[in-house]
Amino acid sequence: MKFSGIFSAFRLTIICLVFFSVLYPLAITGIAQFAPAKGKGETVEVNGKIVGFQKIGQSFTDSIYFLGRPSAVNYNAAGSGGSNKGPSNPDYLKEVQARIDAFLVRHPYLQKKDIPADLVTASGSGLDPDISAEAALVQVKRIAQVRKIPEEKVKQLVEKNIQKPLWGMFGTEKVNVLELNIELNSIR
Amino acid sequence: MNTEIFGIVAMFIVTVGLAIPLGKYIAKVYAGEKTFLDPVFNPLERLFFRASGIDAKAEMNWKQHLYALLIINVIWFFLCFFILMNQGWLPFNPDGNPSMSPDLAFNTTISFLVNCNLQHYSGESGLTYLSQVAGIMFLQFVTAGTGMAACAMVFNAMKDRQSEKLGNFYDYFIKSCTRILFPISFIAAIILVFSGTPMNWEGKQTITTLQGDTVQVSRGPAAAMVAIKQAGTNGGGYFGANSAHPLENPTYLTNAVENILIILIPIGMVFALGYYLKRKKLAWMILGVMTIGFLMLLIPAVMQEMKGNSAITKMGIDQQMGSMEGKEVRFGSAASAYWGITTTVTSNGSVNAMHDSFTPLTGGLAMLGMMVNSLYGGVGVGFLNFYIFIILAVFISGLMVGRTPELLGKKVEAREVKIAAIIAILHPLLILAGTALAAYFTAHNTDMGYWYNGKASGWLNNPGHHGFSEMLYEYTSSAANNGSGFEGLGDNNPFWNITTGIVMLLSRYLPIIGPLAIAGLLAKKKYIPESAGTLKTDTSTFGIMVFAVIFIIAALSFFPALALGPFAEYFSMN
Repeated sequence: MKFSGIFSAFRLTIICLVFFSVLYPLAITGIAQFAPAKGKGETVEVNGKIVGFQKIGQSFTDSIYFLGRPSAVNYNAAGSGGSNKGPSNPDYLKEVQARIDAFLVRHPYLQKKDIPADLVTASGSGLDPDISAEAALVQVKRIAQVRKIPEEKVKQLVEKNIQKPLWGMFGTEKVNVLELNIELNSIR
Repeated sequence: MNTEIFGIVAMFIVTVGLAIPLGKYIAKVYAGEKTFLDPVFNPLERLFFRASGIDAKAEMNWKQHLYALLIINVIWFFLCFFILMNQGWLPFNPDGNPSMSPDLAFNTTISFLVNCNLQHYSGESGLTYLSQVAGIMFLQFVTAGTGMAACAMVFNAMKDRQSEKLGNFYDYFIKSCTRILFPISFIAAIILVFSGTPMNWEGKQTITTLQGDTVQVSRGPAAAMVAIKQAGTNGGGYFGANSAHPLENPTYLTNAVENILIILIPIGMVFALGYYLKRKKLAWMILGVMTIGFLMLLIPAVMQEMKGNSAITKMGIDQQMGSMEGKEVRFGSAASAYWGITTTVTSNGSVNAMHDSFTPLTGGLAMLGMMVNSLYGGVGVGFLNFYIFIILAVFISGLMVGRTPELLGKKVEAREVKIAAIIAILHPLLILAGTALAAYFTAHNTDMGYWYNGKASGWLNNPGHHGFSEMLYEYTSSAANNGSGFEGLGDNNPFWNITTGIVMLLSRYLPIIGPLAIAGLLAKKKYIPESAGTLKTDTSTFGIMVFAVIFIIAALSFFPALALGPFAEYFSMN
């Protein structure tokens, strides 16, 4: 009985492997053909050229763009991860302070208390595609100045891009930075 | 801000609402009663058993259950270890990722074999598509099924009768996989794939961003795996950042779905017990104890995260969104804290925010959840852990009122209590001994030689109390078979791979063997019908008793360690 038990368990393993690791993923892959972008990840195109994945954040450092969140992996989506810095780590707190100072240099019209926390803290994935609505709104004045377009127009653009909580009730308000910047480029 | 609170309240209500019918369904599956999925699964399972030559109707005693369980686990170990060691040249490797080092493959195989899913690699660069699907995802199904099968045997043993025959392991195991885990995962995978989670077989895509940078984006067969990773309290992510990754968890809706799955089956199993034994009051007592414990961890954690990091508040930043380091904007701080606690009270261990960057108390509460490890707990094994606490509570109550302790008509005697005590003490022993060892090397800054490339303190990503928490968390997570981590810890080296591997191994199989043995021994004993003198286990008084036992054994044995790590950090900041 003992020996045949091992052999049976082995055969059961093989058939489980066929079912759960071959048939199941193939079925989901088949269904994915009907999903957006056929399950390959939705991309965003500008003038027929892919400029990014809709859900993957990218690095914006140029002042003509809305800035995204700091990233521990520098927005390279070949990997992912957060800073894993503890809340009391002195080096980390210095880094946050440096981000605050840099942000104030770029936005001399702001005070510390106006800076939303998401703009000075790194996201968990390092690829966060979103910023909070406040984080977009505080940058409006700078964008208007740099691009020499009316502030009101930029503000309207941000407001149009704010995504409400799920069904208006659950979760956070956010703005997809890539989509916002693409639309910003089309303003004259 | 209120919408964030509504979000987590809604998630919990929906979970319990789904868990009740699920529990009823699970009870029917294990009792072999008719269910609406019979036309699909009856022929399928016949095929499984015919192909493997197993008689799924032959009833087993507890030792035969255990033997079958362990044998098949050994086979899975060799299968997965082989794949990980050779993935570099095996097919389905479009990104050309290398094979694993032996110590990492050892750790990873054990980790997934024991349903822990601790990850000392990042999915994007550390695994191939073959490893993800045939190694990792395969184990995510079958190890969850193993835990549930063990739990089903204990349910069977708790019936009002005297018997050695406790059902068939293979029957429980396959039914758990096909009838419970598979349909839930299938539905969840479809929701994910339509929300933007990839399910493709091509390699990384290189793109030029709007600003002109060139970056690569990892993809692959993620949706199928993410579904079972959540449903089977596995938690091992497809991508390195786990469910914080925008492709693994793209929207607030997918976050809700994934988070519901974390605790759905663990809560469903408690209801299943009630329906299976026709003791609904007992199920509500257990659920009540678990839920009170859960809320005691959850509420302060949510409050702490929403309040933000006090050190950043001191810099003059107004943290309206709460503490955002390591968190995603689309989830917010409340949903991240909710996930953090649900994933640690169950043995899931997936994350949607980096636990290393949680505020100190939240990190401590997450650890406490793993230290108790039975507030809902992992699929199947969560109840087994709770069962140990019930045995101890019955014993202590019996002593207090001066009667022979009885559980559901069976006398609990010295042998059972000894086993329960050993299992209860094992958990703190493994965690504290492991942490003490690592802390010793760190404090002496030992040169680790083969074990770690450099001086021991180099593995910490944070100094002071938080550094201690990183080590404590790692062993707690290993011993709770949880798999989340304070990921700043430099853990991909022989020291951490091998020591946590051993801890994971012991803390998976012994806590399965113990309850199986106790349940088997009790089932063999004569059934004594309830009388006026019987200690009633389905009352709130007994619930308080169980809670007290949990608090004394689990919580207090860890209090000194928690005081050195998270509590000390909290007080040093405020």
